[in-house]
Amino acid sequence: MSEWLSVADTAKKIATGELTALHVVDHLLARIANLDGTVGAYLAVDGEGAREAANAVDKQRAAGQRLGPLAGVPIALKDVLVTRGLETTAASKILQGWVPPYDGTVVEKLRAAGAVILGKVNCDEFAMGSSTERSAYKRTTNPWNTQRVPGGSSGGSSAAVAAGLCAASLGTDTGGSIRQPAAFCGVVGLKPTYGRVSRWGVVAFASSLDQVGPLTRSVHDAALVLEVIAGFDPRDSTSLDAPVPAYSDALVGDVTGLKVGLPREYFAGNLDADVKAALDRTIAALKDRGAEMIDISLPHTSLALAAYYIVAPAEASSNLARYDGIRFGKAAQGAKDLLDLYMKTRGAGFGPEVKRRIMLGTYALRSGYYDAYYKKAQQVRALIKRDFDEAFQQVDVILTPTTPTAAFEFGAKATPMDMYLGDVFTLSCNLAGLPGISVPCGLTSDELPVGAQLLGKPLDEATLLRVGHVIESLVGLRDKRPKAVS
Amino acid sequence: MPALTRKEVEEIALLARLHLEPSELDTIQGELGAILEHFAALAQVDTTDVQPMTHAVPMELRLRPDEVAPSLSVEEALRGAPVKKDGVFVVPAIIPGDAE
Amino acid sequence: MAELAKLLETWEPVIGLEVHVQLNTRSKAFSPSAIQFGAPTNSLTDPLVLGMPGTLPVFNRAALELALRLGVATESKIRAKSRFARKHYFYPDLPKGYQISQYDEPLCEEGHVDIVTGGAVKRIKLERIHLEEDAGKNTHVGQLSHVDLNRAGVPLVEVVSAPELTSAEEAAEFMRALHRLVRWLDISEADMEKGQMRCDANVSIRLRGEDRLGTRTELKNINSFRFVQNAVEHEIARQIRIVEGGGRVTRETRLWDADAGTSASMRSKEEANDYRYFPDPDLPPLVVDGATMMNILRSLPELPAARFKRYVEQLGLSPDDARTLIGDRALAEYFDLVCKVHPGGRSGRMIANWLLHELLGALNADGKDIAQSPMVPATLSELIRLVEDGTISGKIGKEIFEESYKTGEAPGR
Repeated sequence: MSEWLSVADTAKKIATGELTALHVVDHLLARIANLDGTVGAYLAVDGEGAREAANAVDKQRAAGQRLGPLAGVPIALKDVLVTRGLETTAASKILQGWVPPYDGTVVEKLRAAGAVILGKVNCDEFAMGSSTERSAYKRTTNPWNTQRVPGGSSGGSSAAVAAGLCAASLGTDTGGSIRQPAAFCGVVGLKPTYGRVSRWGVVAFASSLDQVGPLTRSVHDAALVLEVIAGFDPRDSTSLDAPVPAYSDALVGDVTGLKVGLPREYFAGNLDADVKAALDRTIAALKDRGAEMIDISLPHTSLALAAYYIVAPAEASSNLARYDGIRFGKAAQGAKDLLDLYMKTRGAGFGPEVKRRIMLGTYALRSGYYDAYYKKAQQVRALIKRDFDEAFQQVDVILTPTTPTAAFEFGAKATPMDMYLGDVFTLSCNLAGLPGISVPCGLTSDELPVGAQLLGKPLDEATLLRVGHVIESLVGLRDKRPKAVS
Repeated sequence: MPALTRKEVEEIALLARLHLEPSELDTIQGELGAILEHFAALAQVDTTDVQPMTHAVPMELRLRPDEVAPSLSVEEALRGAPVKKDGVFVVPAIIPGDAE
Repeated sequence: MAELAKLLETWEPVIGLEVHVQLNTRSKAFSPSAIQFGAPTNSLTDPLVLGMPGTLPVFNRAALELALRLGVATESKIRAKSRFARKHYFYPDLPKGYQISQYDEPLCEEGHVDIVTGGAVKRIKLERIHLEEDAGKNTHVGQLSHVDLNRAGVPLVEVVSAPELTSAEEAAEFMRALHRLVRWLDISEADMEKGQMRCDANVSIRLRGEDRLGTRTELKNINSFRFVQNAVEHEIARQIRIVEGGGRVTRETRLWDADAGTSASMRSKEEANDYRYFPDPDLPPLVVDGATMMNILRSLPELPAARFKRYVEQLGLSPDDARTLIGDRALAEYFDLVCKVHPGGRSGRMIANWLLHELLGALNADGKDIAQSPMVPATLSELIRLVEDGTISGKIGKEIFEESYKTGEAPGR
């Protein structure tokens, strides 16, 4: 069998009996044992749990029972997704040893669909970062070039998928944390519309921006996984009560007459030449297939970074107030009083990036500063959303590069601001609550993947998948595999 | 928007209950200052009559029926606690001045 | 306190109360774990109550409905769209590091509660009534504190009066009126010993005739009607003493110690706290629709103040009797039932007399309340009618009452 089997093929081969679920899992567990030393994607491999789940699928099949749509499909979860009985750390020291008593909704849905959870994968601490260098535990490398970062914060997910260490992975995206690592590792990454996928059981970073989504090796796989995890959840007050379409049916391979918006703000300035060339080829290919390219403007784009770096840290400073070493996680030893316990637990438990954002967010929410920062940022957010609303009067979908450059080297971003600036193309989508997808659209001259980003109307994931599927078939990586793991 | 003083940084760290070493305070003061500079652009934007957007997709609160579900067992509730004793979480004495 | 009475000729106290009332729901405000007084510590929790990562709040409809009842009963303006906000502070009984409360967009504003003071009705304005969740409980044991989170997440309303109360008696009376109202409307058991109703008092003094408010202090930890009066009175006297001694009142939070009958300073509120309120992104705006409001209006019983007015103005009851009747909804309901079956409709005073003196007296002697009365309203009515039409004398009537109370039989048989 092959580690490169798609989600659809894995499920099909298991359903027909061509492969057993246990065989698929064992193959991947062996591969992880061999290769993950190089990749460093996994924080925890749940071999026992995975084999048990696979056995259950095989038994179900043997008994002639109906199998779930993802029966036997091995999936890796970003470690911000809460898993019952399986340590969940958000790649932070402060949560070390926390074994949750419950499953998040997406985890429940995956299990119910027959998926096999292989383990928990690395990310930036509390999903704050763009390179996975901010994990408190380990370094994850980019399978295309191990000197380079896999992107972040869902870098463990993108690396594991790219390296064939799972069939698919779930990540979270607050400002690009699914799409950017997907672009860096040459895989597909989809951030659904805010509210499309439940946040129950997702360790919160910024509540009004966070969404869970799939990272996969193909657009079709992304559609299949989204079908399973999307949908209304009464446990999440921000969950949208809208029907879930059969996304995989949307992949008709046709973009004739489709209006594609090209926002000039995303193609100006510091765009890397190779990235630009890859996007130009993508645009030409889509045109060739009958899509219409329309020059548009999203005038408030330049404000997105500032708005994001107020809203996200402000919400994070609040969401992270619960980590105090009293009810779960790791507490500082030898605290002399309560204040000391709080200060030392949090001072030692959080890494520098998390502390920086808590400080920034606390600053922005202080009495007397709220109007100038948080409220102002939320107003600017409304303006950014308005830009998109107006653009979508004219176009069906918006096409941009996912990132200004391909994957960078470890340690390349010297200051926090340098790192933040890498997110300029992905932030607006979260601020506006829209769905976005990154699809591989070629390689740079250094053999590093480039991602094309598509942004859509609220709840119109189907169009993103349809267009993404066409891009994939025209300029995608096809069967090209990363060097480090082939 | 004024530059960030060392005293402010210390106050924020206390408010956020983050112990920071002097060297960390130095670094963060500089970094936050640089980030705040970048935020200055926001002040220039005219947002008169613009409603702050908390949720990108308009939503109203959905209500839950008043139904009881089983609680966690006491053991399960306390399982992850670093310090516990006879059914309670244990913390260092609360100094009266530290109350809400 | 004759001395205080004399000082109060010069000084006028200004008091505002913030009263927390536990809403009578089965499950918590934002999650489905149960509410029960006296359960084993930490036996009423779930991942949300414990503030575990990944948990999200979903608001309890019953809590909204109970709060709306109080809003309507106090003739408050109900916001069509209110909002939950996060109030941040670190404390071991607050699992999330923030309390979900309402800040600049509360559910109810500008209502009022009527109190009876010096024989007259005084209308006290309410600034707001807002929804929030309770914290858990810390118990101090030597060098350690024990944390029990059973109470964490219990739904509350905070009722904030305008600073319009001008004596300790009025403050206590306000509490009694509110207590009566929430019990009357089944909003809360409001058992103060169980902490289901608690109050903080903001107290200041000023020279009589002065418009400006003096520096206020906040008194915390007041959990009985008597303590409200004692604590406020003590604080008024303390402030007058300071000012007359040439000093200035410090703005601070003080903790009332009921056993010692004194208060002690916590620390200066302004410098210590910055709650960093912001709209809770996990909770979209709370919209009260027309259907919900119609249900509330339809389900609301006649309110104590309206009943008081009816008893005095239409039935001719003495204000004292009317007040006793509205002190207990079951008693007022019993009274209304007797009136309803009693012919003529002009015997209100007589019925109140027999009910409050004979029947209540007998019940008190037996340690029973009106709901446990062996005598049904029709029997009491029949007895009163026999006295009214001269069939028997009042004296004989009382003898028959005693017999009838014992046997539960009607007097005619």
